Amino acid sequence: MQSKTYDLRILKAPHPVPGAPDNWKRFFSFNTDAKVIGIQYIATAMLFLLVGGLLAMIVRGELITPPADLVDPSVYNGLYTMHGTVMLFLFLFPILNGFNNLLIPTMIGAPDMAFPKLNAAAFWLVPVFSIVLMGSFFAPGGPASSGWWSYPPMSLQNPLGHFINGEFLWILAVALSGISSIMGAINFVTTIIRMRAPGMGFFRMPVFVWTAWAAQTIQLIGLPALTGGAVMLLFDLSFGTSFFRPEGGGDPVLFQHFFWFYSHPAVYVLVLPVFGIFSELFPVYARKPLFGYRFVAIASFGITFLSLIVWAHHMFYTGTPNWMRHIFMFTTMLIAIPTGVKVFAWLGTLWAGNLRLNTPMLFCIGGLINFIFAGITGVMLATVPIDIHVGNTYFVVAHFHYVIFNTIVFGVFAGIYHWFPKFTGKMYYEGLGKVHFVLTFIGATLNWLPLHWAGLLGMPRRVASYDPEFAIWNVIASIGAFMLGVASIPFILNIVSSWARGPKAPPNPWRAIGLEWLLPSPPPAENFEDDIPTVISEPYGYGLNKPLVEDQDYYIRRSMEA
Amino acid sequence: MTTTTPKKGPNIRAIVIITVAIAINLVIAKLMATWSLNWFPPQASSAAPYVDNLFALETGIGSFIFFGCTGFIGWVLLFNRAGKYDESDGAPIEGNTKLEITWTIIPLVTVFLIATYSMNVNMKLQTLGPKHKYAVGTDPTVLMEADPIADVGPIDVIARQWSWEFVYPDGVRSSELHLPIDQRVNFRMISEDVLHSFFVPAFRLKQDIIPGSIISYSLTPTKEGRFRLRDAMFSGAYFSQNQTDVIVETKQAYAEWLKTTAGQPLQEGLDPSRTLYDRRIARGDKGWATVPPSPAPMVNDPGDPSIPHDA
Repeated sequence: MQSKTYDLRILKAPHPVPGAPDNWKRFFSFNTDAKVIGIQYIATAMLFLLVGGLLAMIVRGELITPPADLVDPSVYNGLYTMHGTVMLFLFLFPILNGFNNLLIPTMIGAPDMAFPKLNAAAFWLVPVFSIVLMGSFFAPGGPASSGWWSYPPMSLQNPLGHFINGEFLWILAVALSGISSIMGAINFVTTIIRMRAPGMGFFRMPVFVWTAWAAQTIQLIGLPALTGGAVMLLFDLSFGTSFFRPEGGGDPVLFQHFFWFYSHPAVYVLVLPVFGIFSELFPVYARKPLFGYRFVAIASFGITFLSLIVWAHHMFYTGTPNWMRHIFMFTTMLIAIPTGVKVFAWLGTLWAGNLRLNTPMLFCIGGLINFIFAGITGVMLATVPIDIHVGNTYFVVAHFHYVIFNTIVFGVFAGIYHWFPKFTGKMYYEGLGKVHFVLTFIGATLNWLPLHWAGLLGMPRRVASYDPEFAIWNVIASIGAFMLGVASIPFILNIVSSWARGPKAPPNPWRAIGLEWLLPSPPPAENFEDDIPTVISEPYGYGLNKPLVEDQDYYIRRSMEA
Repeated sequence: MTTTTPKKGPNIRAIVIITVAIAINLVIAKLMATWSLNWFPPQASSAAPYVDNLFALETGIGSFIFFGCTGFIGWVLLFNRAGKYDESDGAPIEGNTKLEITWTIIPLVTVFLIATYSMNVNMKLQTLGPKHKYAVGTDPTVLMEADPIADVGPIDVIARQWSWEFVYPDGVRSSELHLPIDQRVNFRMISEDVLHSFFVPAFRLKQDIIPGSIISYSLTPTKEGRFRLRDAMFSGAYFSQNQTDVIVETKQAYAEWLKTTAGQPLQEGLDPSRTLYDRRIARGDKGWATVPPSPAPMVNDPGDPSIPHDA
């Protein structure tokens, strides 16, 4: 596989920015090192996880009793709208872009991203649109309050009549987020296609890189639809057009098509890299090769393809004709196949392994169990007659959070713990990590499992008050939510204290196989610089005694001596 | 080391363990499917049994998969843990094409079966009550013919921020929806402002009401009682208040109610958001901006929200 011609000029990225500080201050600078940008993304995202979590706890505080007695209903609507928006656009997308930045170049042996300045610019848009979005709390009339999907005509209602209002700022922030994500996607896809180390054919790439590639492809195809829809909504809101305004002849349902064409696949943009994290971590902690590696890799693009033709399953009760419902039910259900392939491959990897249950592995197993559950309720939701009953009830909220929190955020935590030693050069404290996992698993289960029953009984989502028959489920859910808030304490303590004064991490504390583990901890600015190893075998060679790269001992020694 | 020594005969112990595990899992899955029927409100429309049975089927299949997978994970956690100082690797099994094809085909067939069965159920729901969407301004006679076999109707369902109003064919207006049992009812659903959704959990049916369109929708209630009608499409500040009751009664009681109500003068109907809005105004209009509620609908029967509902 060394026959691949490799253009070294590509590797000569302009990097780092001359004069960039070489201490903690670099995390606050316009730095073009993908690893710095990765940590900038992750730190920003974690900050907004706290903000979004705080908003969620107020929401759950409101819902702990049936009447709307904690905050005014209008405030409640703003809070949950901002909770959803903050979590998606300021936590989930940024944190996964953080992982992409840290892992893609190091895993494929590239010195940096293909376009380092574009990369930094994409990151710095995040603080810009986060200010725009958070600024909407101070807009006349408060922030956007029409839900994270912002359906017209309600999102076009502007009771105070001000030009600058919460909804205006919300649309602006979403559009900026879309631009930032497209900038990132171009960079990630180009880097993966053009900058792999010699010998790293597509079927020698780690699955995380496959999933990131599949996910970023969705961004490139889907995001223009959402951004277009957002611009049309902004025109309707601020400039008197009637794309979606019924009184001017517009069609409010058209927006739903624009919105879901991207926003359903967006879930896969988020979950695919987490599938990648699971696929990286199970082999390490089970000490086995990833079962069915090629199937798992190809299944990622199966998910990408199918995810783009399922959007109308969010609209089964809007007046869609039956032929459309049946097609979309079918395509939605088909996603169970590639995701099932992955789940079975992970189970196959665990089988007859030699399991080590440290914190990253615990989060992976917890996330996997939750994902199997979410997959089953996902098939239920794809089924038209069931969706007609449970659609827009708490059943959907429960399913969605089983995917978004109980799977994706579990995977994110697993990834943070696993790669923390590599990118900070410090070890985290295992005991605190395990406390974090236990609190998170119990809290998440208490929070979202009961809400499935509330939904089946008919409790609509987005209500500030509800009938007393739903109270028991909501009390349990709120206790779970507060427990999740508490769970963040050991996590923050662990990360802050270990980064500041934790024990120094060796280059490969988990005895993992992968190019990133042949680098010192933390890796130097341009990773392998010009001395890029030549890959000679497939990833995940646990128990096979095959070196991953030529002269592997040299790279191991070099990483130890650094 | 990918080779293994060939076994002399079938591994009886493994076969027994797997058979027992599958048998236990099947029993649990069956129990879950049966229990799942209790997770719903009472069945009050001809659609409900179909939806519940489909859900029970999916709960059964889903439970079998979930407990199978988690049971497998539990087994691995119990028996495949590395010891504290054990640095060795697991068995280096990289794949098994036959197994991978099998576990692709089995879910594919399962999904095909569920999808086909669901399509059949959906077609049944369709014949139970059709749904047509019309632009505003469509010829009224066309709308009348939307469901020629309906026994009752069309009843206009008018949704507003945040109240419901029902107008019966003879002009009677009410805030609660009265329906005769076992009669096919046709509705014309109209929204005067934003998206709303007609959702009666006991009926297992839901239909968005879209401003700019008239939706013809039919259903058949099958159980007497007082059931909750909830707006399921987020409609703004007092969305959670946008609820009323559907009263399913005998044909005679329905006729009697229509007759009595026709004789009552128009009065302000149910307007649950108004109380909250007035309280807000009294507190100095604090909170983030909201559109004021629409005026209360003028109806012959405002209903009685203090009567407890069955589901």
